[in-house]
Amino acid sequence: MKRFLSAVLAGMMTLSLMAGCSSGGDQTTTTSTDSDNQSTAEGLFPAVPKEELKVGVVHITNPAEGTGYTYTHDLGIQGMQKALGLDDSQIIRKNDVDDTDATAILTALEECVEEGCQVVFATSWGYMDYVEQVAEEYPEVLFAHGTGNKSNGSNFINYFGKINQARYLSGIAAGMKTASNKIGYVAAQDSQNGEVTSGIDAFAMGVESVNPDAKVYVKVTGSWFDPEGEGQAAKALIDLGCDVIAQHCDTANPATEAEKAGVYAVGYNSDMSEKAPGATLTSVMWDWSVFYTKAVEDVINGTWTGENYFGSMQDGLVTLAPLSDLCAEGTAEKVKEVQDKIMNGEWDIFDGETEYEDNQGQTHTLKAEEYGTCNWYYKNVELA
Amino acid sequence: MIRIVKTKEKSRREQMLLRLAAFILALCAGGLFLLVLGNNPFAVYGTILSGAFRSKMAVQATIKIMIPLLIAALGVTLAFKMKFWNIGGEGQLIMGGVFASYFALFHADWPSFVLFPVMFLAGIIGGGLWALIPAFFKVRFGTNETLFTLMLNYIALYLVSWLQEDPWRDPGANGFPKIASFDKSATLPKLFGVQIGWVIALVLVVVLFVYLKYTKQGYEISVVGESRATATYAGMNVPRIILRTMFLSGAIAGIAGMVQATGSDRTLTTGIAGGVGFTAIIVAWLAQLNPVNSLVIAFLFAVLEKGSSVIQSQFGLSTDCADVLQGIILFFVLGCEFFIRYKFVRDQKPAAAPQGGNT
Repeated sequence: MKRFLSAVLAGMMTLSLMAGCSSGGDQTTTTSTDSDNQSTAEGLFPAVPKEELKVGVVHITNPAEGTGYTYTHDLGIQGMQKALGLDDSQIIRKNDVDDTDATAILTALEECVEEGCQVVFATSWGYMDYVEQVAEEYPEVLFAHGTGNKSNGSNFINYFGKINQARYLSGIAAGMKTASNKIGYVAAQDSQNGEVTSGIDAFAMGVESVNPDAKVYVKVTGSWFDPEGEGQAAKALIDLGCDVIAQHCDTANPATEAEKAGVYAVGYNSDMSEKAPGATLTSVMWDWSVFYTKAVEDVINGTWTGENYFGSMQDGLVTLAPLSDLCAEGTAEKVKEVQDKIMNGEWDIFDGETEYEDNQGQTHTLKAEEYGTCNWYYKNVELA
Repeated sequence: MIRIVKTKEKSRREQMLLRLAAFILALCAGGLFLLVLGNNPFAVYGTILSGAFRSKMAVQATIKIMIPLLIAALGVTLAFKMKFWNIGGEGQLIMGGVFASYFALFHADWPSFVLFPVMFLAGIIGGGLWALIPAFFKVRFGTNETLFTLMLNYIALYLVSWLQEDPWRDPGANGFPKIASFDKSATLPKLFGVQIGWVIALVLVVVLFVYLKYTKQGYEISVVGESRATATYAGMNVPRIILRTMFLSGAIAGIAGMVQATGSDRTLTTGIAGGVGFTAIIVAWLAQLNPVNSLVIAFLFAVLEKGSSVIQSQFGLSTDCADVLQGIILFFVLGCEFFIRYKFVRDQKPAAAPQGGNT
């Protein structure tokens, strides 16, 4: 046995020698900190030359899916790569990292550091606590975590945006389209999750603004990524009589389920008219390249401030896909009217002052940045 | 007709040659697969190796992967030595993690010289008890231990799901079902940049080697493994030996769980075992149930695992491709163990007739 093993090891070593030239000598795990005066006034970390830059990305699924959450984030990464002219080898992707598997998450994050990344983007909510830990362990590496609520003001920041602006607008499209006055909403998490819940509320407010009689029925899957459950939830909502299905989950399955049943859908993350052209009214979308480009530029220029990022429609981080021909007449005009108000700052959803009545008869105010605290459903929302 | 028959024991040299041939064939087959995908096999294999060793951090990560695998392999070794087919390493590992996590979660305020031993004991008891259940049913009712231990894996896994969705759910996680990260004071310390679990693993290798080779209990295990009837005839209390050995087997797996949860993960998730309990079976088997061999084999597995994740990001290979590659290598290495012990022979019927006439 021992001899067998030594033979194995010898064989492996030979191979490694043969391939040695292709993969040697990239042991850069720290950014150079020798000259402090290089960094500009507001930056917390020294600038990283573009050629030496490596960007890590941890995805919950695989961008190759071609639609949904991870795909959208990766489009953002690709957009950043193109905008800044980075080489493919400068992007380290860790795909299919299960957000409920601590070992996998920590391994992926540490590997990004080990492979020499100076900045790492962790895209899924469930990574948050682990990013916090790893960021503490490697204070010279920069970490940005998407959609969470933790940060340390230095090498661990949080990024998100006013997706609720687009949610509200898509609510207008749904509210004008529905004939049964029942609109379904497939939600990844229950009311305890402020991200999902504030999105439902914004959508429901959009619905109400054009159709006070319509109700929004919410079905919770309990998982950020559950292709089957997302489809089933949509089906259940359609059986309930809903004729427009909106969603806050990762896959396009609610939209394709809606198409199969001959009803309509409002997509999320990417433009889901590609997957369900016969059902999609519009989609609530992110253009993450806006943030990724800015963040990586900050790393290159040494202008990383350690501040959280909270983008909006004005920045272009949040967008609404073009309204499809399936939309009710007059939708485009109505949406444009509200969108214009948002863009010129005349009006915004969740301004922190307006009082909203929830479905229990209580009133609340909400500031957009504090979406995470929202755990109440707007008055026209019901759990299905 | 082709039949499979047991061969007479091959010499060490022959065995070694067979294994080497299998390994080379595995690399060729895997290389073909990589070629079809449009990659340079040498570059990929080289990256697997360099990925596991190229920096201090890489080596540390490799060892981190090895820790639970090695400990769990030692656990199943005990049971397998007794020919008790404990497929439940996964579940026993999880239960060790669950028991230890209880103290890490709710008693992080205890001084560490109390907390760590308690967590360690909890891991032992959690894993041990989980293994004792099928052992009890085996000696009492003669139930099939393979199925029993296998099914207990799923119960343990769903127990963790339940804990993280309900009683141990982190209220600060915004509704996301997860258990809070353990306090720093409840996290195992590090030695040379890797959690202390590696020291525990090495100590266990030595302890188990001595236990199996030089103690009465170790001897009893091999006798029961060879023949229960012989053991009974020799006056051994076979049920007691089975119960004791299974408890120890599970207890060691439980240590792996405890070390993984409180040393590496700093929390308890459904990914705590992540198939380690199953891979451990392969490790123990390839190591021919020898604790010292297990150390080497577990390390090689860790290298493969660590290197595979590097080729994913470096060559843009998907997770599945790396898994296929690992599978191909395992297929050949395991297949060769078959050819060491068995061979194919042609049925000799047509040839047998004239021969029979001659004699």
